[in-house]
Amino acid sequence: MIEVKNLHKSFGKAHILKGVSTSFEKGKTSLVIGQSGSGKTVFLKCLLGLFSPEEGSIAYDGKIYSELTEDQKRNLRAEMGMVFQGSALFDSMTILENVMFPLRMFTKQSKSEMQDRADFVLNRVNLSDAHNKYPSEASGGMQKRVAIARAIVNKPKYLFCDEPNSGLDPKTAMVIDNLIQEITEEYDITTVINSHDMNSVMEIGEKIVFLKDGLKEWEGSNKTIFKTDNEAVTNFVYSSELFKKVRQMYLEERA
Amino acid sequence: MTYLHNIGTYFLMIKEMFRKPTKWSVMKRLIFNDIDDLIIGSLGIVAFISFFVGGVVTIQTALNITSPLIPQYLVGFATRQSVILEFAPTFISIIMAGKVGSFITSSIGTMRVTEQIDALEVMGINALNYLVFPKFIALMLYPFVISIAMFLGIVGGLAACYYGGFSSVEDFITGVQLDFIPFHITYAFIKTIVFAFLLATIPSYYGFYMRGGALEVGKASTTSFVWTSVMIILCNYILTQLLLS
Repeated sequence: MIEVKNLHKSFGKAHILKGVSTSFEKGKTSLVIGQSGSGKTVFLKCLLGLFSPEEGSIAYDGKIYSELTEDQKRNLRAEMGMVFQGSALFDSMTILENVMFPLRMFTKQSKSEMQDRADFVLNRVNLSDAHNKYPSEASGGMQKRVAIARAIVNKPKYLFCDEPNSGLDPKTAMVIDNLIQEITEEYDITTVINSHDMNSVMEIGEKIVFLKDGLKEWEGSNKTIFKTDNEAVTNFVYSSELFKKVRQMYLEERA
Repeated sequence: MTYLHNIGTYFLMIKEMFRKPTKWSVMKRLIFNDIDDLIIGSLGIVAFISFFVGGVVTIQTALNITSPLIPQYLVGFATRQSVILEFAPTFISIIMAGKVGSFITSSIGTMRVTEQIDALEVMGINALNYLVFPKFIALMLYPFVISIAMFLGIVGGLAACYYGGFSSVEDFITGVQLDFIPFHITYAFIKTIVFAFLLATIPSYYGFYMRGGALEVGKASTTSFVWTSVMIILCNYILTQLLLS
């Protein structure tokens, strides 16, 4: 479980996060949504320890990040898996080497053990025949799946995903969403996803945190987001014609 | 103020580079890859430039010796001194700042732009140790490159002398052996080690701390070349003053 309390982060005079408090539960897929510039990425990078907040705290299963020593922070980070928006696969390594990388860095497994584990997770993300390809030879969807495989290969406790669907067609995006949700339940990990894709919100948003101008505007789930009266949330959710029609139908039904 | 900030960050980067070492089995592979990219991959261009610049130094020296009172073996002597003291360690290092320096900046910078460095940091890996330390170790073999540059520079001078008919081979070799001071080789290698350190760290600094996209990677490569060259020239002056005067 991750608990965030009163998180503040600024860059120069720009106050990006203005006191965000929320929590993310184990075994659930949580989504952080909001418009571009709302502070989602900064929030995620604070969770990852890449940015240090000026105020507030983040606790991972009770351990407050800012109170840890540098070594403890590094050890905690080794328990995190991250799927970056652009996948961030290492260009100079094959897909298999990319997936084996965290094992090579943090475990004392033999090469065959590492290979077996990498094979297993690559099969899990339906990529059993792409071991020797380089990232540049893989499609966007394949790269995302490799990134997920790399993120889960070392059995992390926390999984973070930054816009995992960006640049993907709707069908592949749904495959990725479902994969993340299945993995979250299967490995009982705490998953936090940054997204502005409404399909993801509907599909896997067991918990949704809506950020606006660096503040938590609303919190709920995919079951409650369509029923909320919060104007900022409804403006965000019903920005597309399709969702406007869904909203109209819901209101008519309610009336 | 920005300069002070950059200098401070540069020294902190060097300190961080030695902390929390990467697993030796992984580091070994990275070092061998960097030796291949930075040292072996530079031998061709270094050999080509050294041979021909050595030849040009010889031709220019020979053409400027017009007095019959000056012995012909001075051509070999001047070539040796120029090549060992300045051309091989300094001139080649400036060329390497362009070749190796821009390679280091652009490869690390591209990793920054594509979030690969963030990926390393998220995993709890000391990205500076993982990326910069192997380059630093690989460039400790830089004196080997400079030895080849020295040898080929003198061979190029000899070839130019022989084929241009400026002096006999015997005179040239006599000049090369004349008043040889072994400390000059030590001086050249001390400079080389310092330049190797600059070649590994300044381009890495510009790549690692860059922000932006592809355009900024290009700009960072140019800036890193300029500052590496400036620092090489400056250190060359300081070391010459300290070691030879």
